[in-house]
Amino acid sequence: MYAESFQKSLALVEEAREKNIALEPVRMTAEQKETLLATFHPDYKADEFVTLTVGPNKGDKVPTELGEILQAHSRITADSVDLNAPDYDVDVLVIGGGGAGTSAAIEAHEAGAKVMIVTKLRMGDANTMMAEGGIQAADKPNDSPAIHFVDAFGGGHFAAKRELLAKLVCDAPEAIQWLSELGVEFDKTEDGTMVTTHGGGTSRKRMHAAKDYSGAEIMRTLRDEVLNRQIPVVDFTAAIELILDDKGNAAGAVLMNMETKELYVAKAKTVVIATGGAGRMHYQGFPTSNHYGATADGLVLGYRAGAKLLYAETLQYHPTGTAFPEQIFGALVTEKVRSLGAKLVNVNGEVFMHPLETRDVTAASIIRECSERGNGVETGNGLGVWLDTPMIEKIGGEGTIEKRIPAMMRMFGKYGIDIRKEPILVYPTLHYQNGGLDINVNGMTTNITNLFVAGEAVGGIHGKNRLMGNSLLDIIVFGRNAGINAASAAKNTEVGTLTLDHIAKFENELKDAGITTDTVSPKLLPDYTRKVNA
Amino acid sequence: MENMVNIFLFGKKYSVPENLTIMTAMEYAGYQLVRGCGCRNGFCGACATIYRIKGDRELKACLACQTKVENDMYIATLPFFPLVKEVYDMNKIKPTEAVMMQLYPEIYACVGCNACTKACTQELNVMQYIAYAQRGDFEACAEESFDCVMCGVCSSRCPAGISHPQVAMLARRINGKYLAPGCGHLEDRVKEIKDGEFNDLIEALMQKPVEELKELYNTREIEK
Repeated sequence: MYAESFQKSLALVEEAREKNIALEPVRMTAEQKETLLATFHPDYKADEFVTLTVGPNKGDKVPTELGEILQAHSRITADSVDLNAPDYDVDVLVIGGGGAGTSAAIEAHEAGAKVMIVTKLRMGDANTMMAEGGIQAADKPNDSPAIHFVDAFGGGHFAAKRELLAKLVCDAPEAIQWLSELGVEFDKTEDGTMVTTHGGGTSRKRMHAAKDYSGAEIMRTLRDEVLNRQIPVVDFTAAIELILDDKGNAAGAVLMNMETKELYVAKAKTVVIATGGAGRMHYQGFPTSNHYGATADGLVLGYRAGAKLLYAETLQYHPTGTAFPEQIFGALVTEKVRSLGAKLVNVNGEVFMHPLETRDVTAASIIRECSERGNGVETGNGLGVWLDTPMIEKIGGEGTIEKRIPAMMRMFGKYGIDIRKEPILVYPTLHYQNGGLDINVNGMTTNITNLFVAGEAVGGIHGKNRLMGNSLLDIIVFGRNAGINAASAAKNTEVGTLTLDHIAKFENELKDAGITTDTVSPKLLPDYTRKVNA
Repeated sequence: MENMVNIFLFGKKYSVPENLTIMTAMEYAGYQLVRGCGCRNGFCGACATIYRIKGDRELKACLACQTKVENDMYIATLPFFPLVKEVYDMNKIKPTEAVMMQLYPEIYACVGCNACTKACTQELNVMQYIAYAQRGDFEACAEESFDCVMCGVCSSRCPAGISHPQVAMLARRINGKYLAPGCGHLEDRVKEIKDGEFNDLIEALMQKPVEELKELYNTREIEK
């Protein structure tokens, strides 16, 4: 139920619906997309970025908020803990309990390694849990890994590390098979054929889904498998600093109990960073679709220890974050809504773009519609455009929404909006960290031996923009890959003397660069408390 | 000026804007959350909460991130509930009724009070999916329980001590692995890749100059 102020625009949307369903909007040319992005995409706003002056990426630009935590003090000094008396001693230490971390842990365990997961919230508190739309894999006869490669490489502006992308697309069908064998329930027809749809920028229908709980279904299954294997999970405990050995190899981490603040030392032969994304950094003041702990911790841990970042300046703003009601402001409206036929419509009831352009292009187009063109809908909490969900029922038949996107129906239903009958209001929301730590195809960082990275904390798999459904894919493919290779490397590793010397070294670099700051990092959690006496 | 309502967090009174969710109201009141806060979007089940409106006899349950505050709302969060999770080897269990009897025999002690269904934060028919599990109808149990976020409120209300979310988890995994139809095109593709049928195509893409890849991308045919 929308208030009176929305009714005039709503009437225009309803009136034009039949005509808009029939309309096949033209896709933008390469030049049109480039101009649009340069003018309206947040990644191109130069004054929202800083140049790093210390560390392995000195001279590179990153979002201002990321720069602040990368060039910050450690939470500890080297003498805060006794490295000679480790509290945990394992082969493989996995930092992070999301999709990538659990996949890595399962594979490392399968390979016979002694593995442990440490996670600052609960296992499964991760962006994986919130991924709604699906997972890509080129497993239909009219598709191939090569076509998948071209879609993703182009969608990522031809910047992906090709060997990483090749692994992503070639291992995709096996990833789906692995998940199926663990018991993940993919949407299938009665003969077992996968029900697949398009995502923005795909040229074949290769989006596999489990209704619109795709990530949740995958995450809860992986979590259950970790528990079945009785892999130790130390929850509500954050990694706050990597530990190296005297050879400069990764050899563990300093951990902190999130509730008691007690510190622990975890010694390991190999370390996997699987800490996820950065939405809760709220770059440029954007709301986010991310979970509570998405604060770029892995980037900070790696960077301070000397690991290189790649494309940390590129973020993904999901075009359809919720713009109304304010209680769910910024929450994700899955791209699957557009895959199923809903189009984006402005205040006048006009379709202003093809609904399945890539995410960066779609986000920039919505921002243009709401700014330069003045065709946004005033929501009482900013601007938005309509996403005309009732089109789905008209195209797919009555009941399609309840069957295919029940989570969306529930999310808006709680606020009295029946998305089968009424459209919803959307605006871009901070969604994904395209960049991250630079890795080789074996999952190891390019410059620190025995430091592996998987999932959203990796940079370079997708280039400078990611396609829908390639993230759930990457956490599985590169999570498993990291687990297998970390277990294998652990077999040939003799850990040297543990050190935290890099903390003082980084501190000196900050001083030499003239950086004065009170910030300590990793940030671990955002602070949303109201400041009464501050 | 925002309209304010009075709420009671663990019994203590706070005045908060009426448009907030329970979660954001706690933060407005000054709580820096560590427990009881996960995805903030209704998918992870971290923020199970029970509440009663003053004067109302009914105890209600919800997710704090998905529920607006109301005046005179007495709120207690349930950030952890000790569910029973049995350990099993997915490759060794059999998709038969007996597996439930072995792992979760307490489901047969269900007294039919329906407190679980009334308490479900996702409005699922919990008692019904337990009934399906009792009968060994894992497919129906999986479908009925699909939207479960495993918050555990159902189990907190159960006089028979059933861990409903874990029963449903087992049913879904059995259904996904053993009962759902196999996928021929997936098996074929995995084999083709293992046999190296795409190696040349991929290798060619690895070597191609970017300009050629741009041309390939910009002129590619898109399936309707």
